[in-house]
Amino acid sequence: MPKTIIEKIWNEHVVDQQEGAPAILAIDLHLVHEVTSPQAFTGLRGRGLKVRRPDRTVATADHSIPTTPRNLPIADEMAAAQVKQLEANCAEFGVPLHGWESPNQGIVHVIGPELGLTQPGATIVCGDSHTATHGAFGALAFGIGTSEVEMVLATQCLLQRKPKTYLVRVDGTLRPGVSAKDIILALIARIGVGGGTGHVFEYAGSAIRALSMEERMTICNMSIEGGARAGLVAPDETTFDYLKGRPHAPQGADWDAAVARWRTLTSDEGATYDKEIVIDANTLEPMVTYGTNPGMGLPISGTIPDPANESDPAAARALTRALEYMDLHAGDSIIGRPVNTVFIGSCTNGRISDLRLAANVLKGQTVAKGVRVMVVPGSADVKRQAEREGLDTIFRDAGADWREAGCSMCIAMNGDQLAPGEYAISTSNRNFEGRQGKGGRTFLASPLTAAATALTGVIADPRTLPGMSR
Amino acid sequence: MAAPKVGTFTTGLVPLPAENVDTDQIVPARYLKVIDKAGLADALFHDWRFEADGSKKNPPFVIDEPRYAGHGILVAGDNFGTGSSREHAPWALGAFGIKAILATSFADIFKSNALKNGILPIVLPAPLHATLMQIAKDDLAATVTIELATATLTTPDGATHAFPIDLFSQKMLLDGLDELDYIRTQGEKILAHETAHLGTINTLQPNTPR
Repeated sequence: MPKTIIEKIWNEHVVDQQEGAPAILAIDLHLVHEVTSPQAFTGLRGRGLKVRRPDRTVATADHSIPTTPRNLPIADEMAAAQVKQLEANCAEFGVPLHGWESPNQGIVHVIGPELGLTQPGATIVCGDSHTATHGAFGALAFGIGTSEVEMVLATQCLLQRKPKTYLVRVDGTLRPGVSAKDIILALIARIGVGGGTGHVFEYAGSAIRALSMEERMTICNMSIEGGARAGLVAPDETTFDYLKGRPHAPQGADWDAAVARWRTLTSDEGATYDKEIVIDANTLEPMVTYGTNPGMGLPISGTIPDPANESDPAAARALTRALEYMDLHAGDSIIGRPVNTVFIGSCTNGRISDLRLAANVLKGQTVAKGVRVMVVPGSADVKRQAEREGLDTIFRDAGADWREAGCSMCIAMNGDQLAPGEYAISTSNRNFEGRQGKGGRTFLASPLTAAATALTGVIADPRTLPGMSR
Repeated sequence: MAAPKVGTFTTGLVPLPAENVDTDQIVPARYLKVIDKAGLADALFHDWRFEADGSKKNPPFVIDEPRYAGHGILVAGDNFGTGSSREHAPWALGAFGIKAILATSFADIFKSNALKNGILPIVLPAPLHATLMQIAKDDLAATVTIELATATLTTPDGATHAFPIDLFSQKMLLDGLDELDYIRTQGEKILAHETAHLGTINTLQPNTPR
């Protein structure tokens, strides 16, 4: 029977499947960070257990660390204690740590691919819902809770029910000024934040094939925002080219054998999915969210929807509440809405290609007066590369703030945050109430849209930039 | 930590008629800097409950209304728990005294995390959900009985309704069994799988300095 890549990876990792019970699923790679792991290590200690496979476990600090210069101590006492606890746990249990001062430090979903830890066909978990990012390599990667972190630390296995499959086919060609972020925001706007619940997305189609690895990561990253715990892209030459030579990638004959195996990781002709959707890339515009969940997005030329037009009373209520929180009015254009802050970074859009796009827009320009523009590289490696290319100078000269690597204002745990009532346009993944600081309001968009907005101080269509013909 | 055990309980309802209640509302991220599970009751729905100075909002958020004090079943809108994987969300709900959540659907990771902490995420058909939401708002003395052994819920009118539950989770919770202990009983199979897939599934190379 023809199988999807999702089923192939699943089947290969089932250790045991008892009638009525979830499968015991083998995990190839476990990524660990400071926020969702301390209680799991405490649990191990209480049970007198060890980490079963420290060679398949990698830790970093990203969520609660400051993005100020690394020669300064962590001012927030709780964050400092959490980072110190991670260091102590990793030392005690023998887990490799790219700590907050390490040259390999970065957002866990940025460094996994960067170090070649993320590989096709693998099962990858982390106590973080954006673990779906690693699916860009054709891995089955998903976020888990802290109880599950403890299970994987102890056994390198998880109890899981087989997920349903959901084909997201994106055909056609993206227009200039439209990017991977706009594809995923368009998908979520269409299916809603619960649309993929219980499913794993497979992204396919000519528009997906044409994307770089970093663009595929942007799309897979936000699978969870569509309700799917995981999303993946079958590996191809783009995947292998990206991986080759990375520190943890196989080498020599091992590499050839691995690639030969990885080439079999495609969905078979005639494989069926539980759900399917087709998106036409030709018709996509840059997308911006207007509400308080990532499904509340619209094409940038659109206007804020009217709750009165919602047939479902619950949806109307949710929209009314969202517009109240955002202080936006039905019928208004989204273009031209003022912002206080522009945030460029996160596991969604904090990679070198994202920074290049933003720098290209800001080069030789000055950001709008009174607008704070924060550029936060996704990893120490991204930061070094950007500095080698002079992007830091472009950002600084334009009046943007160039910072150290971390999750920063995507989750606003580390002091990088909005003041109540402030608006941000953000390349991150969530626009929930208070996500970027209590009372803060978020417009999610692509790096191009965010950079265009930085120049004007109001939401701007990147297609109007020089070199982006309609 | 002992695994949670759930049997039969009877308690009042708290209405939270909002759709897509996300984990950032359940526990705002700035409360994730803890290194233990304790003390999260005040973090629960923090920004909906408290003013900037830390005082409770006036009028209070629904879970703080005195008339709902001690009520252990939250009746929430569709897709409850959307967002992050933070297990702090069920920890905080549990610390506050919530034993079950009734909704028309739940986000996957939240649902899994809730079950591991003995909080029942119960999916109801829309009409029954709407009825219970109305009862939660109108009838403060109303109670609902949830019996995990039969996976049934008894509404104030005495009618009993079956609800879907993962049979494995049901057994684990009824017997107070621990999932990690269960996986550990399969140690030989884990080892056999690992040995059979040595170097084929996992091709991670040891780190080489750059």
